[in-house]
Amino acid sequence: MSEIRGETDDPFVVAEIENPIVEVDKLSLYYGDTQALYDVDLAIPEREVTAFIGPSGCGKSTLLRSLNRLNDLVESARIEGNVRVSGADIYAPDYDVIDLRRRVGMVFQKSNPFPKSIYENVAYGLRIAGENRSSVLDESVEKSLRAAALWDEVKDRLKDNALGLSGGQQQRLCIARTLAVEPEVVLMDEPCSALDPIATVRIEETISELKNDYTIVIVTHNLQQAARISDYTAFFYLGRLVEFNQTQQMFTQPHLKQTEDYVTGRFG
Amino acid sequence: MTLRFWRGGDPFIWLTGSALAFCLLMISGLVGIILYNGVGVFWPSALEQLYLRDGQVVLGKVVDRQVIPDQPEAYRIQLKVGNRDAYGLDFRWVDEADIERIEQPAPVVVFERLEWGDAYGYLEQITQDGQVLAADGQDVWKALQPLLEASAKRWEIIRSIEHEEMGELNRAMEDLRLEKRRLEMDGAKPEAMAELEDRDRALWDRYERVSERLNAVRAENEQAAVSIRLADGRERSVRVADIVRTYQPNALGVWGKIGIYCEKGWEFVAGQPRESNTEGGIFPALFGTVMMVMLMSLAAVPFGILAALYLREYAKQGLFVRLVRIAVNNLAGVPSIVFGMFGLGFFVYGVGGSIDRLFYPEALPTPTYGTGGILWASLTLALLTVPVVIVATEEALAAVPRELREGALGLGSTKFQMIWNVVLPSALPGILTGVILATARGAGEVAPLMITGVVKLAPDLPLDAYWPFFHLERKFMHLGFHIYDVGFQSPNVEAARPMVYTTALLLLLIVLALNLTAIVVRNKLRRRYASTAF
Repeated sequence: MSEIRGETDDPFVVAEIENPIVEVDKLSLYYGDTQALYDVDLAIPEREVTAFIGPSGCGKSTLLRSLNRLNDLVESARIEGNVRVSGADIYAPDYDVIDLRRRVGMVFQKSNPFPKSIYENVAYGLRIAGENRSSVLDESVEKSLRAAALWDEVKDRLKDNALGLSGGQQQRLCIARTLAVEPEVVLMDEPCSALDPIATVRIEETISELKNDYTIVIVTHNLQQAARISDYTAFFYLGRLVEFNQTQQMFTQPHLKQTEDYVTGRFG
Repeated sequence: MTLRFWRGGDPFIWLTGSALAFCLLMISGLVGIILYNGVGVFWPSALEQLYLRDGQVVLGKVVDRQVIPDQPEAYRIQLKVGNRDAYGLDFRWVDEADIERIEQPAPVVVFERLEWGDAYGYLEQITQDGQVLAADGQDVWKALQPLLEASAKRWEIIRSIEHEEMGELNRAMEDLRLEKRRLEMDGAKPEAMAELEDRDRALWDRYERVSERLNAVRAENEQAAVSIRLADGRERSVRVADIVRTYQPNALGVWGKIGIYCEKGWEFVAGQPRESNTEGGIFPALFGTVMMVMLMSLAAVPFGILAALYLREYAKQGLFVRLVRIAVNNLAGVPSIVFGMFGLGFFVYGVGGSIDRLFYPEALPTPTYGTGGILWASLTLALLTVPVVIVATEEALAAVPRELREGALGLGSTKFQMIWNVVLPSALPGILTGVILATARGAGEVAPLMITGVVKLAPDLPLDAYWPFFHLERKFMHLGFHIYDVGFQSPNVEAARPMVYTTALLLLLIVLALNLTAIVVRNKLRRRYASTAF
């Protein structure tokens, strides 16, 4: 396929999402002089699982990180267009980034528990927000660990070092940690790519339960995973949004040939 | 086959192995020499009595054996003969060829004295107040013991009077003098001055009475004396009060010798120096070294960590920050004597002089802070070690994985919270490495100290029981300088040499102890923060 940046068909985007919690409006992102995202227009529906799929380097992780302004950490990053979360423009100069990151949480590809106890890891978000009452913290820790399907395994060793957990447990801990601050949106950047199949299944189960209360955006390389757990899917290619549709539609009757080629595995 | 040999990497294994072996050899050689020369110093070795062919009798401890310079196969031995007040020198060489026979007579006695070093001889008589108490060798020995105890008790009284009572009076008189001076400078009323004069006179009266008491005790102490016969037949009299320790080396069993060894070892570590630092203990130097290292660390470590934090976390990484980093790294390579000069000019004369003018004008022209002291010495060394701390801290901070930082920020931390709660604790093992290196470097430097506050003999410790407890303007003693002073500035180099080795051994042990503590702490931390690279 000879795809040249700047010359593709218009992206297909499914009909209006009713309650978009995150709206991406003509977002372009540059790392220095290199452009990574081209005019992305996207609305993420509330309390659903949205998957971002696409080949490596297509910008899905970049877009994900733009949603909670983690790209601010990269000095050369620069954006045009805007992103609105619950109606507010998050790139406005006086917008409270700290608050944004509490409301839009993130789980990373490689689990990154802090070198503290399991309890302290989960309680971290609340502590830095100023909450120090142990009753509140205890309750939150238990609730989050249950939501992440980890409570039963660690309830007797909350004071143990988090680094002693297995890979899958650590990732669930990171999910619990993110849930503890009660975000509205949970971003997940390939959360299962470093895990074995059993652990992956448990995380996917967790995600399916979480979507009742949280909006989830998940970046994944694994098309089967996207098909299994997501309600909506966005397909990216070379920095552009190619197609955004309900998952069932996307995988059975994709609108654009490019999408069809990707989901059937003709290129990846 | 030879090609295989080269490609297989065997020569490389040999090369790296021999380099390591060489290093180990050097280290063990260094430690071995110090141990060999230093450990045996306090052992009460036997006294030999040499009968020479020409009729001379020499009594002493054998300390060395050498080939005579122009005659191979001919040896000479060096003996410590003591009795410097009688012979003029402590040591003497005797050619082995001149020796007719050697004996180890049992009744010979060693006196370690307050002045003039050791005395070796045979007990003749013991007198008190002119009366002869005993005149036979073993009787004298028995009579000597209770007299020694009584003398020791009197010494304690003397020391207590001098140190506490007279010390207090001295302090009060000095404070009074400063008060007078202050009043003079501020323009005083004659009534105020008169009151001070009265207090002054009262203090002097008390001082005289205490002096009298002191002199009385001293006079009591001088009444008992022992006379000994030296190897060449001469008789000398030694005051019992001057004897620090006495024993009969040739009559002691192993346990007795071990006892003396431990006693002398303890005296070395906890006692005061005598005889121009060639005998006695090194406690003030030990104390001064430890206190200085602590002050230095207190100054350098927080300062260095904070500076590194700013450089790595907050400063915008550009040309300026790179220049600062280069400057800091270069600072670590500056010769330490240059730091000494800077310390002298800036701290001692600059800051110290200003402090004197502002806060202690009444003491001038005698400087208080405007001269070398433990504070300025510690700060100078802190400057020396700060670059090490900064570099190590920066490396440790850089080694904290990005995922950890992003994880913290992703939960809504501010930058400060991320640094304080996640980055710093993870970087702690690496920071401690830097602190260990810095402390080790600082503890070993002597040159800058010589011009900013170390002295050969300090009258007081910089920390005592009197307000304000920490006397940071005082000069202090330091083990490294002590080694230099004893080894090279001593009037009696032969006698001093053993002290050099024992002091060096002690210094090695202290640095080892400091390092081991820090390493243990760091290892404990490392196990807790297993995710970091350091």
